[in-house]
Amino acid sequence: MQNGEHPGVKDALKKAGTYGPDVDLDDYKVGSSDTGRIDDLEKADETTKDLMVNVGVVADESERDGSIIFIDNGMSHCSNKTEDGVELMSTRDAVAKYDWLKDYFWKAMDPEKDKFTAKTYLEESDGYFIRVKKGYHAKNPVQTCMLLKNKNTMQNLHNIIIVEEDASLEIITGCTTDRHANNALHIGVSEIYVKDGGSLSFSMIHNWGSDTVVRPRTACILGKDAKYVNNYVILNPVGTLQSFPVTYLNGEGASCKYNTICLAHKDSNIDTGGAVVMNAPYTSAEIMSRSLNKGGKMIARGRLSGNAEKVKAHLECRSIVLEDGGLTLAVPELESTVADVEMTHEAAVGKIDRDQIEYLMSRGLTEDDAVSMIVRGFLVGGIKGLPENLKREIDDAVEKANLGN
Amino acid sequence: MLEIKDLHVEAGGREILKGVSLTIAEGETCVLFGPNGSGKSTLLAAIMGYGHCTVTKGEILFKGQDITHMGVDERARLGIGMMMQRPPNVAGVKLGDLVRAAAGNDPNATKDAESFKMDNFLERDVNVGFSGGEIKRSELLQLSAQKPDFVLLDEPESGVDLESIDLIGRKVHDLLYMKSGKKGCDGSRCARHVSALVITHTGQILDYIGADKAYILQNGVIRCSGRPTDLLKDIRERGYKECISCRMVNIQE
Repeated sequence: MQNGEHPGVKDALKKAGTYGPDVDLDDYKVGSSDTGRIDDLEKADETTKDLMVNVGVVADESERDGSIIFIDNGMSHCSNKTEDGVELMSTRDAVAKYDWLKDYFWKAMDPEKDKFTAKTYLEESDGYFIRVKKGYHAKNPVQTCMLLKNKNTMQNLHNIIIVEEDASLEIITGCTTDRHANNALHIGVSEIYVKDGGSLSFSMIHNWGSDTVVRPRTACILGKDAKYVNNYVILNPVGTLQSFPVTYLNGEGASCKYNTICLAHKDSNIDTGGAVVMNAPYTSAEIMSRSLNKGGKMIARGRLSGNAEKVKAHLECRSIVLEDGGLTLAVPELESTVADVEMTHEAAVGKIDRDQIEYLMSRGLTEDDAVSMIVRGFLVGGIKGLPENLKREIDDAVEKANLGN
Repeated sequence: MLEIKDLHVEAGGREILKGVSLTIAEGETCVLFGPNGSGKSTLLAAIMGYGHCTVTKGEILFKGQDITHMGVDERARLGIGMMMQRPPNVAGVKLGDLVRAAAGNDPNATKDAESFKMDNFLERDVNVGFSGGEIKRSELLQLSAQKPDFVLLDEPESGVDLESIDLIGRKVHDLLYMKSGKKGCDGSRCARHVSALVITHTGQILDYIGADKAYILQNGVIRCSGRPTDLLKDIRERGYKECISCRMVNIQE
């Protein structure tokens, strides 16, 4: 089904990503897809449970409509409480089950984009398939966890999410690395389709190892009046992470929002952001990026493209630099091919205002508490509609990051 | 309560205070007059310990302790509180969270917000988009949660419409005369606990608080002191220049 359609894909294996340091795929071996089953999340070993909880994936599924766990390249768990409205299975099973899936399979994402997509294509990688049926509104989030368990491993997953007409879903994805697998590579290709009137909120929380290489590749296509919210949070050390999801607003009235919250530690190299391409009239987009840099490399990108009239979009990249020695770069870009658009951006890089710190200290807060309060406010304050559990994760991470020093 | 000896302070690379000495006894309210740019706000900022002020000479004693080089938060915990004239915006930090933190993380600290007409502001970012009067009420709500023993009030009535002045005046009064839990006067004379140093140009705030003493600060030094109402009358009738020269003559005589 795959080979032949993309004749250039083998050559694409040599093609470095547009952004971020290049990665030699030969340094990693493709992860095993036989990594054991976990039938009941409550009975998973404590290490796995701890890893999951740190990225917002909980063993107690009372507030989750379903769960999918991948360990390296193997699906270890798939449970679903709402089979009437939501389908959860592996991508391979879905491809075997549904002939129509070929219309979604490598259709939003070009496998020849770069070596990471090409590798995933050529490996015919598995991943998760989530489908929300027409008109169904999932009450609780579906959670997915991508766990890297073995060292020098390449995890390459191909996920497909389809939210059908007038349906809605919230997904919480936690990506994490076992401490033995610090030196590993995560590639996750996600193709997301939100049909007319559908709505998807997709929150990603990350807890990688300090040498982990992370290259997610996400493309998303929205229909008429469809909504997509993409929350991306990384507050723990990582080796290099480069992510640049692209969302195409192809239906009139579609809207999209990216919220990216990052903390770059020393020796971390983070290059995040994304693009929204507005191809239909009356579409709107908002890209919000809040980052802290503690001596690492922190690049925040954003690109808004307006190709239809009455498009409205705003982009904000704000960074607080906590220490000297790193690099902070904000790259906001606006492009338009039509006249009748309203697109704006703001970017700011700097330290925390000393006056703000002293103002809070004059109310009796210690300097550390004052800085934490300001930083938490900076990270989540300007962003509306962030899920509560995400806010808690951020609070915990800010606490642990010891920003006062 | 507070003793300042020969205080010299630099800010923005200039010497602003050039040897200020004053004493405020426990329960005493002092007023600081002076023309714009005379160093009044710098004096308050130096007492609070803000980093943009550098003490080059002299000392500040509070409750008998030398606080000249103490951190802002330590001074606050010792019992000093300040109502700033133009506090900074703190985007992302909710007023309610700051009020609770000022009260030592007391979850009930905001229940009095309605009486400050600030109940609708608790979920708003601190000072962001607040009007002049809202800033004053926000500052007073924070201070009432903090419960200082000594307050620095920098022009509490400036930029406030006439209607709001009454509320602000009453809240300043409460701050000075009602310590935690006590319901004002018990019929006898109010027990005074909170001391204050108040900057005012108009003197309007003096309708709400009884001030014991007033100082005039000019060019970074205290030119004279006296009864607040007398000094205010002199300044109103004759302006700072003549008022000060008159007093200077008195001193020289």
